[in-house]
Amino acid sequence: MNWQSIRAIFVFEMARTFRTLTQSVLSPVLSTVLYFIVFGAAIGSRIQSVDGIGYGAFIVPGLIMLTLLQQSVANASFGIYFPKFIGTIYEILSAPISFVEVVIGYVGAAATKATAIALIILATSGLFVEIHIAHPVWMVAFLLLTAVSFSLLGFIIGIWAKSFEQLQLIPMLLITPLVFLGGAFYSASMLPPIWQTVTRFNPVLYLISGFRWSFYEVADVPVGVSLMAVCGFLAVCIGVIWLIFKTGWRIKQ
Amino acid sequence: MASIISINNLSKTYASGPPALRDVSLEIEEGEILALLGPNGAGKTTLISAICGLVRPSSGTVTVGGHDIASDFRAARSLIGLVPQEITIEPFERVINTTRFSRGLFGKPRDEAHIEKVLRSLSLWDKRNARNLELSGGMKRRVLIAKALSHEPRILFLDEPTAGVDVSLRREMWDLVRQLRDEGVTVILTTHYIQEAEEMADRIGVINRGQLLLVEDKATLIKRMGRKQLTLHLQAPIARMPETLAGYGLRLSDGGATILYEYDTQSARTGITRLLADLSEVGIFVRDLDSTQDSLEQIFLSLVEDGA
Ligand SMILES: Nc1ncnc2c1ncn2[C@@H]1O[C@H](COP(=O)(O)OP(=O)(O)OP(=O)(O)O)[C@@H](O)[C@H]1O
Ligand SMILES: [Mg+2]
Repeated sequence: MNWQSIRAIFVFEMARTFRTLTQSVLSPVLSTVLYFIVFGAAIGSRIQSVDGIGYGAFIVPGLIMLTLLQQSVANASFGIYFPKFIGTIYEILSAPISFVEVVIGYVGAAATKATAIALIILATSGLFVEIHIAHPVWMVAFLLLTAVSFSLLGFIIGIWAKSFEQLQLIPMLLITPLVFLGGAFYSASMLPPIWQTVTRFNPVLYLISGFRWSFYEVADVPVGVSLMAVCGFLAVCIGVIWLIFKTGWRIKQ
Repeated sequence: MASIISINNLSKTYASGPPALRDVSLEIEEGEILALLGPNGAGKTTLISAICGLVRPSSGTVTVGGHDIASDFRAARSLIGLVPQEITIEPFERVINTTRFSRGLFGKPRDEAHIEKVLRSLSLWDKRNARNLELSGGMKRRVLIAKALSHEPRILFLDEPTAGVDVSLRREMWDLVRQLRDEGVTVILTTHYIQEAEEMADRIGVINRGQLLLVEDKATLIKRMGRKQLTLHLQAPIARMPETLAGYGLRLSDGGATILYEYDTQSARTGITRLLADLSEVGIFVRDLDSTQDSLEQIFLSLVEDGA
């Protein structure tokens, strides 16, 4: 492993974050606060509790997941798309660095940034509601696994995308709806039976459920299943990345 | 001298279009400056891209410093610095950080003294804290060179280094290239300017339509260029050359109306005076004369046109 090169990519990517610190951190924090005002205070005041937990506290894991997913995908996809777009990727391709190391550098930076923002949002939430974390180790594990696997997804999107429109497409069309329909703001048990079945096909449901379990020990699906779902998703992303590497798809002529 | 890059039967056909490289074989010697000359679309950039790992060869092999570029890419690539033809540079980062990044990317430990040396040698030290987008085009090109030199390559590829660079800067760049050569760096540059190849290179290669038409020492080419041809237009045509003039290697043309004489401008005596005297002695009178010289440009054009 060429750690020197990985470090160079990681540091360079993180520097980009610090250059745009306001955008990078402030906007997700601000939108979370808005969610709290709208969902937590305005609507939540009319909902007693979900699964025995106050509504404001109930939505915290879902909110964190929403941001984590969006940030992981956005950071990683932009991170690799931008050099492709402006042409600086020539340097990465000509460097004595393997594809795996490139992925570790970009995905590591994206996941780190997304996780940091998730933790900031967790802290921000603490200002609004009282948060109790039953299984901190599992909480961190879910956070990291999700950040890494969705950063991998973002990396794939960044390689696939041929325009900035395409880059925005998947996060808008896929990630956000899946999170909203994946029980970020409600428990799946609140849905009519048919919709409960439908949501079982939403992979994000398993993430949110497992993550919420690590806070409050309540879940829509058994936590073991959640864990398997995250790991399965991770494996699929790694498989796709491996294929891209083998074929040089959209990178090398 | 030992060759540092061996290219064997390299071919490349892109997904669309005709072959961009056809069966190119070339040995690049350690420490030389090799200029690749060729018209637009000849395949110069493709050749460099294939060696540097940007493009997958369709067939053929390349070794750099004895390391195969595919199976031993780490060892091969760590010897190479690449300055691309297009100016591609991270716009928002600062000059010095971009340069540091390149060094790290190539697996070299931090070395601020070296970064400073490189930036100073390219007159970029004063601009080190400027954002790349604030630089002029010529400065950006120099940043690209700084990035390539940041990791102390043994081989430097310069793809049209002087495109869009003003005259004084071009001189500076040539000086830098010579200085690098003196430090033992092998330099491969591409150019459209014959004059540049002439000025800079130890050897010159000519590419057209994906084929390497010629690779020769500049000295040999200059010698070829050193030959001049004297055309003597005669007052009256002659049927055949008199025996006494056999030593000159003359040729008759135009049905005996002109005599062609080739001579070497480099030698002390061209033999022209003596030839004219000898001619009038045998009763051949010259009406007019002119002389022509093969320039590198003509050699280049005739090569490229023959290939077409
Ligand atoms: N990415 C690509 N996809 C398809 N064809 C390409 C690609 N890059 C180059 N070509 C084709 O390959 C041929 C060689 O191009 P190349 O860029 O190597 O030429 P060049 O000698 O560098 O020209 P120039 O002096 O204009 O830079 C051209 O016909 C070009 O159209
Ligand atoms: Mg070119």
